[in-house]
Parts: sequence; C-alpha cells; structure tokens
Amino acid sequence: MDNSNVDKGRRRFLTAAATVVGGAGAAAGAVPFIATMTPSEKTKAIGAPVEVDISKLQPGERMIEKWQGKPVWILRRTQEMLDDIASQNEAVSDPASEASSQPEYATNEFRAREDEYLVVIGICTHLGCSPSFVLKDGDNSPVVDWKGGFFCPCHGSRFDLAGRVFKGVPAPTNLVIPPYKFISPGQLVIGDDSEAA
Amino acid sequence: MANIEKNIIDGLTGLRDWVDDRFPLMQNWNEHLAKYYAPKNFNFWYYFGGFALLIFAIQILTGIWLTMNYKPSAAEAFASVEYIMRDVSWGWLIRYMHSTGASAFFIVIYLHMFRALLYGSYKKPRELLWLSGMGLYLVLMGEAFFGYLLPWGQMSYWGAQVIISLFGALPIIGDELSLWIRGDFVVSDVTLNRFFSLHVIAFPLLIFGLIGAHILALHEVGSNNPDGVEIKKNKNAEGIPVDGIPFHPYYTVKDIFGATVFLIFFFGVVFFMPEMNGYFLEHANFIPANPLKTPEHIAPVWYFTPFYAILRAVPDQLGGVIAMGLATNIFLLLPWLDRSPVKSTRYRGWNFRCALTLFIISFLVLGWLGMQPVTPLFTWMARFFSLVYFAFFLLMPFYTAIDNDKSVPDRVKD
Amino acid sequence: MPSYKQLYKLAFILLMVISVSASAAGGAKLMHMEVDLSNQESLQRGAKTFVNYCLSCHAAAYMRYNRMGKDLGISEDVLKANFMFGTDKVGETMTVAMTNPDSLRFFGVSPPDLSVIARARGADWLYSYFKTFYVDKSRPFGVNNLTFKDVGMPHVLWELQGAQRLAHVVSEDGAHHSPTYADLEIITPGTQSEEEYDQTVQDLVNFMVYLGEPIKLKRGKIGVWVLMYLFVFMIVAYMLKKEYWRDIH
Repeated sequence: MDNSNVDKGRRRFLTAAATVVGGAGAAAGAVPFIATMTPSEKTKAIGAPVEVDISKLQPGERMIEKWQGKPVWILRRTQEMLDDIASQNEAVSDPASEASSQPEYATNEFRAREDEYLVVIGICTHLGCSPSFVLKDGDNSPVVDWKGGFFCPCHGSRFDLAGRVFKGVPAPTNLVIPPYKFISPGQLVIGDDSEAA
Repeated sequence: MANIEKNIIDGLTGLRDWVDDRFPLMQNWNEHLAKYYAPKNFNFWYYFGGFALLIFAIQILTGIWLTMNYKPSAAEAFASVEYIMRDVSWGWLIRYMHSTGASAFFIVIYLHMFRALLYGSYKKPRELLWLSGMGLYLVLMGEAFFGYLLPWGQMSYWGAQVIISLFGALPIIGDELSLWIRGDFVVSDVTLNRFFSLHVIAFPLLIFGLIGAHILALHEVGSNNPDGVEIKKNKNAEGIPVDGIPFHPYYTVKDIFGATVFLIFFFGVVFFMPEMNGYFLEHANFIPANPLKTPEHIAPVWYFTPFYAILRAVPDQLGGVIAMGLATNIFLLLPWLDRSPVKSTRYRGWNFRCALTLFIISFLVLGWLGMQPVTPLFTWMARFFSLVYFAFFLLMPFYTAIDNDKSVPDRVKD
Repeated sequence: MPSYKQLYKLAFILLMVISVSASAAGGAKLMHMEVDLSNQESLQRGAKTFVNYCLSCHAAAYMRYNRMGKDLGISEDVLKANFMFGTDKVGETMTVAMTNPDSLRFFGVSPPDLSVIARARGADWLYSYFKTFYVDKSRPFGVNNLTFKDVGMPHVLWELQGAQRLAHVVSEDGAHHSPTYADLEIITPGTQSEEEYDQTVQDLVNFMVYLGEPIKLKRGKIGVWVLMYLFVFMIVAYMLKKEYWRDIH
C-alpha cells in the first residue's frame, strides 16, 4: 500500500462533497417517511365538514354532533342565558377571549356568529375530558349561585354559557370554537367557514 | 476561522474520549473497521454481503412504516394494503420498496452464496461462517413465506395452504403439525394473525441475531478472497497481512459506490416496474383471498421455484417433501463434502468447475420449471435436473478428491 | 473448455431465455391495445362510461371521488353533477347501492369489486372481454363471452356495441373448431360504429388501468428525479473511491 503521495486536500474535498450530496439525498429520502405519518385521505374524509340541521332545536336545548372525532355542542340560548353571560365578566378569567381559540367572527361578547346559537367543541381545555351541561336551576349545580354552563367532572373546571372558563379552576383557556357557518336559517356546517358562493 | 474549526474538532474528540472511557467504542471501531484487514483483491462478487445488509435495513424501515397502517385480519388485510397504496401519503412508495426489497434480497443472497461456491469461502476455517449464513438463508425463506400471506390475496392464501399441507405429508405427526401451524382447520384469520407476529418481530429478531453471529464469525477468521489465499499467513513486521488493507476507509468507500449502483437498479424497479411482469407482485394476488375458489395456476414466488420443481418431480407426496427439504438443507454439508484443499475455482480442476456449472444450470432450469404448469415433458426435465442438482453434492467427495487442482500462489493476484 | 466469461454469458442467456419464454407461456391469445394513461380525455371518457354502466352493480371501493377528480382534471362541481349518484361527499369512496344478498339473488354470484381488476387480469384481457360478448340462448342473460366462458354478467354495453353472434364454428372442410375472435359478427348494430365502440372500450380500459393504480400517473416522473440524483451521487462516490484506492494500485 503506497501512502506516500496522499493529496490530503483532495481527499478532504471529495469526502466533503460526498457528505453534502449524500446528506441532501438522505434528507430528501426522509421526507416520504415523515409525510406518510400525516393524516391519510381516509382520515381527512372522515374529518370533513359536517352539515347539521338545527331547525328542530328548541331554546334552552343543546344538541351534540361529531366533527373530526370530537363532540361539538350546539346550544340555542334563551335571552335569560344571554343576560347571565353578560353578568359573569368578573368571574371568568378571559372575558374577552384574548388568550383563547376561536375564529374572528366568534371573538365577541357571546363568542358566536349569531348570539342565539353557541357552537363550541365540547372538550375541556385542561386535559381533554368532555364536560357536562348543567342548567341554572339543575339539581347538580357545581357551586352556589350557578348561572348555568358546563362542568367538567375530571378535575372540576367550570365554563359559562359562552364557553368561557371561570377563575380558579385548572383549565387555562375558554372552550374552543370551531370554524362554522350557516348555509340557511336551519342549517349549519361545522368545519367550513369559507365565504364562497 | 481555523480556530473555530479546531475548537469543534477538539470538542468532538473530547466527546469521543468521554464515551470511550465508558464504552468499547474505539476498540470496536478498530477491530471491525479501521484495523480489520481485508484482502485487497475483492472483486464484483464481494459487494453482495454489504448489499444484503443494506436491503435488511430497507426492509426493516419500510416494514415498520407499513405496520403503522396494515391491518392483520382476514376481513381488513387486503383493503388495508390498498389503503396504503392510495390513501396514505407516500404509502405506495413504502409498499413498493418493501415488495421490491423482498425479491432483491433473494437475488442478492443467491449471488452472495454463489460467490462462496466460486471461491470456497465455506471451507475450513470458515465452516461456522457458512453454517450461520445457511441459517440466515433458511430463516429468510421462512420470513418471506410468512410475509407473503399478509396481503391476503389469492396467491397468498393458496400458496400458504399448499405449503402448510406439505407438512401434513410427514408420517404420524403430519396432520397435527399442520393444524398447529395454522391454528385452525384451514388457513384462516387465525393463521394470518400469527404469521403477522412471526413476520414482523420474531423472525426479524432472529435474522438480526444471526447477522451478528455471521459477521463475528467472519471477523474472527478474516475474509476469503478470489484467489483463495489465506492473507493471514503472510504478515509484515507490524503483524499486518501484506495482502490486507484496512476495511475502513478502502472498503467503506468502495461499498458506498457499489451501494449507489445497486440503488439505481433498485429504485429503477420501484418507480418504473414494481410488478416486474408479475414476478415481484403476482397478478393473481390482486384478487382477494377466496377459500372456496382455487386459482388455475398456483406457483410460489420466483425465489422458491427451484425447490418447488424438485418437490413436484417426485411422484410420492412424502418423497417430494423429503426431497425438497434435502435440497434446501444439503448446502449445510458443503464444507465436509468438498475434499479438495484448494479454495478458489481459479485454481481448481475441471471436475469441480464442470460440476459447479452444471449445478448452476440445473438450479436455473429448475427455477423456470417451478413456474410452469405440470406436463409430462416438464416432469421428465424436472426429474433429470433434480438428479444433476443432487449429484453436485452427493458425488462431490469423489470428484473433488480426484480433481487435478493447480498450485495456489502465496500472494494474491493484483 | 469454456472460460469464465463464456460461462457467465451462457448463464445470462439462459436467464433471458427463461424470462422471455415464461412471459410468452401465459394463457390464450388476447386482443391487444396500447394503454395510454397520459391521455386525460380518454381517462375522463372512460370514467364516464365506468360510472354510468358499471357502478350500479360493481363497486370500486378503494377509489375516492375527489382523488379521481384531481387526477383526471375534473372539477368538484362537474364531479358531483356527472359522476356521483349515491352521495354528494367527494371524499367518499365509489361504493355500490346494490347489497350483497340482492346481487347473489340477481346474478348467482357477487359482482366483484373492480378497483384492482386491471392489475389482476391485465388490460388486454379486459379489452378482449368487452368486445367478445355474443348471443347465447342457453345463458340466463342470453349472452356468453369468448374471453370469459359462461360469465354471469350481462352485456351491459350492448346498446353501444350491438349484439354479436358466433358464426363459422364449422369451417369449410366440415370440421368443428374452437371458436375464435374471428368467428364473431354483429347481427344487430348498436348506437356506436365498430370504431366508436372500440374507442369506448379503450377509454374504459385506460380508466380501469388508472383505477387499479392511480399513482401510476406520477411515479415515473418522480422516479426520473430519484435516478438522476443517484447518478450524480454515483459519480461523486466513484471519484472518492478512486482517490482512496490510488494508495492500493
């Protein structure tokens, strides 16, 4: 083996070149393996927007629909409920929903496109349990002077009738509002809020 | 600039030394790479061991990813494969890499074994290297067999049914054995589930362990070479074989080049002809398994066909099973059947060269015959070539003892 | 005595002979068509035929409408208007309305799912199949098929092709021979001429080949990039190898 005339510079250059080109190939080769773990077409199809018929929903009633595997509550609020929401501003930790997650059309006093209908994802923002719907004069009021809202049995978090989280409970933010829109007075679409004709 | 570079290098060296004080890093690096001396005259035939390791890595990687979406139940398996092909992002690529990898594995292994026959790499002191390799070959055949049931197509189902029934031919224990393998009275969801477990974890672990044993056995005695010269017999003053070169960097750099050429062929198939005309992905397997309807023409996948031809050549069912078992296992005896002291065919007499040529021809012809339907002519041919096949081994102690070998040089040829 | 080079050449030739004869040894002679997946109009026409004539009994349960729309250049509106009858969700798969018990009652056998039939049978088989129905009073639906003997399926495309019969089964010298494609002749014309029907069938088979493997449209193009990259890397790797091996030679 003849080691005498080794051109170290050339070796270093070629090694570096091979490493760079090879590294680029390895990185490109990794892309399909990472991308393949993103939601499949089947998952996206199952998670597609859902049309909901709310024409039969009575004032004060709540219905539950499934979207992307999650429970979505649609609550038709009475005027009394709306008044009660307004009175809770001191008791909730994020009254104007600044730190919480909702579309811009739901960043308002009642967190909805139309005051009468609350559309909210029924998953507690603490650790993911689904809270119960507890009316104002219900038998299972979690606290004294309960004005109605949602109570999470796992760790005791409470939310008002606009899904806003109360102070002093484990959950950090208000319940999440999903994208939605009305396609007619009695028809909602959850998961789609595009303006297209 | 040079200062930063120096700092980085010092840092890395420090880290290396920290690890090395606590773990045999440099010792193994030297023993198996930087100071493992391999003969300098490796030729084309010496690429295939490295390729086999590369393909193993590809199969594990793609296998893991396929398992994320594959469903091992009779009701869902076929659909889950189409789900992977269509709905899972890049699923088709992972599937095709795995199916191509399976066939590529056998092509590479057959060429790897051929090298051993060409250069006598199975001879003393490499008997355990050969036996561990044969163990790997047999386990690989099992792994392929289990894996082939998983897509749950017509060929998957009926191929498994036929092969498992062969075990039923064994006297006394046959029926119980088949029942035990299947876990049911016919190949069913039960069989599929357990084959899934064997294919995904049991046999890969076994293969991984055997590869370790195989490489350790190799490194213990050192590699053979095309001239069959033992390079360890000729060492210089520092104790380094004069015909040896450190594996790293010389063979690492050569194998990287070789692997790239291999990958060009591999991805050529994956992207342009993954079915390979029905040899790598069989047409009948695109029909979901139907226990009530046997396809007209059942043949095993191409890499099993030589042994299938031998099985069908024997008119008796049990005889066929025994012949097939013998055909796969007789390789194990090779180190002791070969009586010539000369390793490489470069220096061996014409007896062995002719015998090897006839053996290869018979292996290829049997492979082709295994794909054909049964006809009187083909049966006659299969019997003839099976005899040639077995004669290679059984007559070897005689024709190698009287062979006119040439004298072997002391040093390798450049 | 042969040298090594000659032995290798012999082995290589043997391998080629084996593979060529193996592929030629496949079943009976079929009519041949050239599949062309790059012809988008053909695929669209074929999709139309498939949806109108096949989906009432057969499913294509592994194909989603929106995938087909994207691959074939069909907008969502056109898709919903012309290609979707049972559902309006483009993300859904092409399933069939007819239930299994019903199909068994009507046909005696369950019409198989057609998603991957082109991969199982091949384009030539499908092409021949659609062109070789003929009148046969002994069959439940009054037709038989030269490519698929005693098939349980009626000739759904008969209004396009017309009806054929098997003529000349007895040749000039009075001997019976097995019927071949040449023995078929149209007895009642359909709404399409022979050329038009041939085109319809080719479009349909093109579509079914696509249906069997949608990624076929794209994998070749990706493959070109992969191979080009590997070729470049091969050159760099070769130069690196050569540089180090100067020590040895």
